[in-house]
Amino acid sequence: MKHLELTSLQIKEKILSKEIQAVDVIKHLFEWIKETEPNVQAYITTTEEESLRKAEEIDKKVKNNERVGLLAGIPIAIKDNICTKNLLTTCASQILKNFIPPYDAFVINRLKEEDAIIIGKTNLDEFAMGSSTENSSYKETRNPWDLERVPGGSSGGSAAAVASNLAFMALGSETGGSIRQPAAMCGVVGVKPTYGRVSRYGLIAFGSSLDQIGTLTKDIKDAAVLLQVISGHDACDSTSAPVPVPDYLHGIDSGINGLKIGIPKEYFADGLNTDIQKAIKDALGIYEKLGAEIIDISLPHTEYAVATYYLVATAEASSNLARYDGVRYGLRAGSEGGIVSMYCRTRSEGFGNEVKRRVMLGNYALSAGYYDAYYLKASKVRTLIKNDFDAAFEKVDCIICPTSPVPAFKIGERTNNPLEMYLTDVYTIPANLAGIPGISIPCGFSREGLPIGMQILGRYFEEKRLLQIAHTFEAETNFHLKTPPLKDPRWCRG
Amino acid sequence: MIDKKLIEYVASLSRLELTRDEEEMFMNQLTDILSYIEKLRKLNTEDVKPMAYPLNKSNVFREDKLCPSTSKEEILANAPAKIDAFFKVPKVIE
Amino acid sequence: MEYEVVIGLETHAELSTLTKLFCGCSTKFGVEPNTQVCPVCLGMPGVLPVMNKKAFEYSLKSALALHCEINKFTNFDRKSYYYPDLPKNYQISQNYYNLGVNGYMTIEVNGSTKKIRIHNVHLEEEAGKLIHPEEIGTNYSLVDFNRAGVPLLEIVSYPDMRGVDEVDSYMQTLRKILLYMDVSDCKMQEGSLRFEASISLREKGSDKLGNRVEIKNLNSMKAVIKAIEYEVGRQSKLLDRGETVARETRLWDAVTERSERMRSKEEAQDYRYFPEPDLLPVLIDEKWLHEIKGTIPELPLDRKLRFVEVFKLSDYDSGILTEEKVFADFFEECVKILNRPKAISNWIINDLLREVKDRKLDIHNLPIKPKQLASLIEIIEKGTISSTIAKEVFSEMIQSGKNPHAIIEEKKLAQISDESLIESIIEKVIATNPEAIEDYKKGKKNALSFLMGQVMKETKGKANPKIVNELLKGKVGV
Repeated sequence: MKHLELTSLQIKEKILSKEIQAVDVIKHLFEWIKETEPNVQAYITTTEEESLRKAEEIDKKVKNNERVGLLAGIPIAIKDNICTKNLLTTCASQILKNFIPPYDAFVINRLKEEDAIIIGKTNLDEFAMGSSTENSSYKETRNPWDLERVPGGSSGGSAAAVASNLAFMALGSETGGSIRQPAAMCGVVGVKPTYGRVSRYGLIAFGSSLDQIGTLTKDIKDAAVLLQVISGHDACDSTSAPVPVPDYLHGIDSGINGLKIGIPKEYFADGLNTDIQKAIKDALGIYEKLGAEIIDISLPHTEYAVATYYLVATAEASSNLARYDGVRYGLRAGSEGGIVSMYCRTRSEGFGNEVKRRVMLGNYALSAGYYDAYYLKASKVRTLIKNDFDAAFEKVDCIICPTSPVPAFKIGERTNNPLEMYLTDVYTIPANLAGIPGISIPCGFSREGLPIGMQILGRYFEEKRLLQIAHTFEAETNFHLKTPPLKDPRWCRG
Repeated sequence: MIDKKLIEYVASLSRLELTRDEEEMFMNQLTDILSYIEKLRKLNTEDVKPMAYPLNKSNVFREDKLCPSTSKEEILANAPAKIDAFFKVPKVIE
Repeated sequence: MEYEVVIGLETHAELSTLTKLFCGCSTKFGVEPNTQVCPVCLGMPGVLPVMNKKAFEYSLKSALALHCEINKFTNFDRKSYYYPDLPKNYQISQNYYNLGVNGYMTIEVNGSTKKIRIHNVHLEEEAGKLIHPEEIGTNYSLVDFNRAGVPLLEIVSYPDMRGVDEVDSYMQTLRKILLYMDVSDCKMQEGSLRFEASISLREKGSDKLGNRVEIKNLNSMKAVIKAIEYEVGRQSKLLDRGETVARETRLWDAVTERSERMRSKEEAQDYRYFPEPDLLPVLIDEKWLHEIKGTIPELPLDRKLRFVEVFKLSDYDSGILTEEKVFADFFEECVKILNRPKAISNWIINDLLREVKDRKLDIHNLPIKPKQLASLIEIIEKGTISSTIAKEVFSEMIQSGKNPHAIIEEKKLAQISDESLIESIIEKVIATNPEAIEDYKKGKKNALSFLMGQVMKETKGKANPKIVNELLKGKVGV
């Protein structure tokens, strides 16, 4: 009975059919967390007691044949940059080490309404700034497939938790690939929805015109149901789209016959790991076999995406992070030296180097005399990048490419060279700049046995189509069924 | 490209206090990053409209309707320092 | 040397919406600290602003009233600076696409009018309030965020004013316009209307602008005028000595009546404006503009000039009547009912305004209706009551809200015009005051007034004075 390796929908079925109690799932899960978490270090905070209480509530509802929500009894982990009412929310930063929000994010409200069980808050790069989760000020999350390696980032805690069965599903967030990239590196499914599909209310802002909450799950159907729950219009987020949410599960297996898949040549250039290149080629072969048409396309401004991103995202971040000043919440230091000293000391002690670097870069890009050359220029190039996608989607239904140019790298390997680290997001960033949706799904393993992710990008608000395309591949393959070589939980042996 | 004076200015805009070593490190790293970013200059963007909003949407409003405020206790619960119902900060000289 | 003074004004007016600009917290003034605050206006992590439609429309209305061109595409920008009363350490404001630009406002100075150009009108959010405890030795300040996020309209003029008279008129006119449109309560003592001035001097006849000095912390219109006078003195002294005026920002101290340097141009803040990604642009179409235009009332100066022309009132009286929209409306309502503009104007200016002042009445909820004042005037003109009695009736109307007819009837105040009745009273008065007749015959003309007074006294002032006068004259044989 390997319950912890089941998918979310499978465990929900067992809870609803009373085959297993939600309380037992939580108990088993926390036993596994106690055993495995010291190796993986996915969580900043866990909520065992509250989870058990919530599980009891759900068991009672099931017992009484009361109506239960879409995520009834499913243990879910939340990236710690999503605000949870009365539950510590740190953003992996010392500056918020004691911050307890008096409000829930929109998505948290939705999860609670649908009876999900929030089991904890996962580790991330501080303020979601990073590609390896090494920028957390709390702990170093390891890749479950190789504990010497990073899980990717910034949603590394969420990806590692799902990959190592420390959670059945998780929420992450993206600004430049922070769901898809760790999903690829940890061998799970990551969905970054269209900008505006999911409310950002309660997501601690990094780059407001890029940020989007998304899902990390064990398979596509889990992604569909979780996305179903968190999507939709929110009057508290002006940038939330009033676009109807389709039933993502319905017709998910209706196939891809006649599908036109675009392959952008810019994504298969120098620097792409050969194992990854081969895995994607093989995957395209499968699609072709299933009736898809593969079409070569070009996204000519791809090479400018990283540069554009690091101006737009840091400019927005520099202002989004100005509020951490020691006045109203969070860390305060240096107040004995006066107000300016308090600001500077609080922020210097509270922020790590990557955050400082980006805040400074952003302030530079916006400062008097540089605005036109940097921020404005980048905003214009952003238009060109978006236009590339618009033009491509005239010809093709989706774009398939690698999620990351490299599999998970060694911890510490890239920390001294920020620019090199930034370049690991080269394939994910363009979608964030354009605002289009993307999915990363497992599509193979490298020679060292590290997971490889394949990325499917689609038109605005075509998440449903992307899920169908991804599900078709998943149904033909078993990459998503492999689990990392962590020790099996004791109770699973029986 | 980024000199000491500029890094000091940008640090002060950012309300950050840097040690001499940090100044040196950030100066080098930001110079690297900015020289990478230089590639944008190659592109002619004269007639391109900037994209500040990824969503093709406008005129989002709320009605002028009262919502209950958060309780004073909850608002002040995270305050690093407070006196009565006020947030307390080091003396601000105007 | 003779200098020309060049002045521009920046005006901030809090809009009188029920709720704040980006959240549903109340804007009520004077409540307990930090009780009208929520995560949005406290700038907590992850929360987002949503624009108050009424605040936006009030701004649009104001921009139109100031003859601005309306940008069909307008958006909001973040203006970054650190201050403990600014929750996010950036203010949501407008910089690149202000909602209104290139407008003007007509002011009146010494009987002639002048157009002051408006550079732009834009909408932004208010900051919280810093309190500096006065006890000696305190090393802290306190912050109350109740005001943070209240919608704030900023109106920036061109430096078109040439003296304090014009500045005074500009402030008064702008205040009146905002009040007329009901978009701000303009209470300077509560900070809901504030001004900042920029002043430069140049040699008379020169068209080159001198170095500009900005003055902040002007808490009343009086302070604006005093600060400008002080600054003109300060700058002309510098220039007379051949020194240059430094471009700087100065703070006015209303107690010492002096200003002091706050920061120089070199220390000017780098605001790093960029488009606010949490709010979407606003597109303004003709239909919407037309709707908003329809809500703008006739503005005070136009109305005043019309009163002079159409109702033949004096410039002075028209000015008083149009000072407050309520009274101008009251006046016009009355005139619609009874076409006696001069009499109505007199009653409003002399009596209604006095009662309002004495009794501290709420002008938006007057106890007297235009119809009632019109009937009172009609009654006087018919001769039913004298103007002296009318004052008494009016006072009673204000107190009770009753119709004049009812009061006259209740108190039996109607004028006696029955000649035989009056004649009998005259006879009675003459009989009891024979010496007055003697006096009159001896040539003491005022004896007649004395008898007149006695008759009025007998009738409690109700006898028709014209009839009394005629009959009395007949009796004494004039």
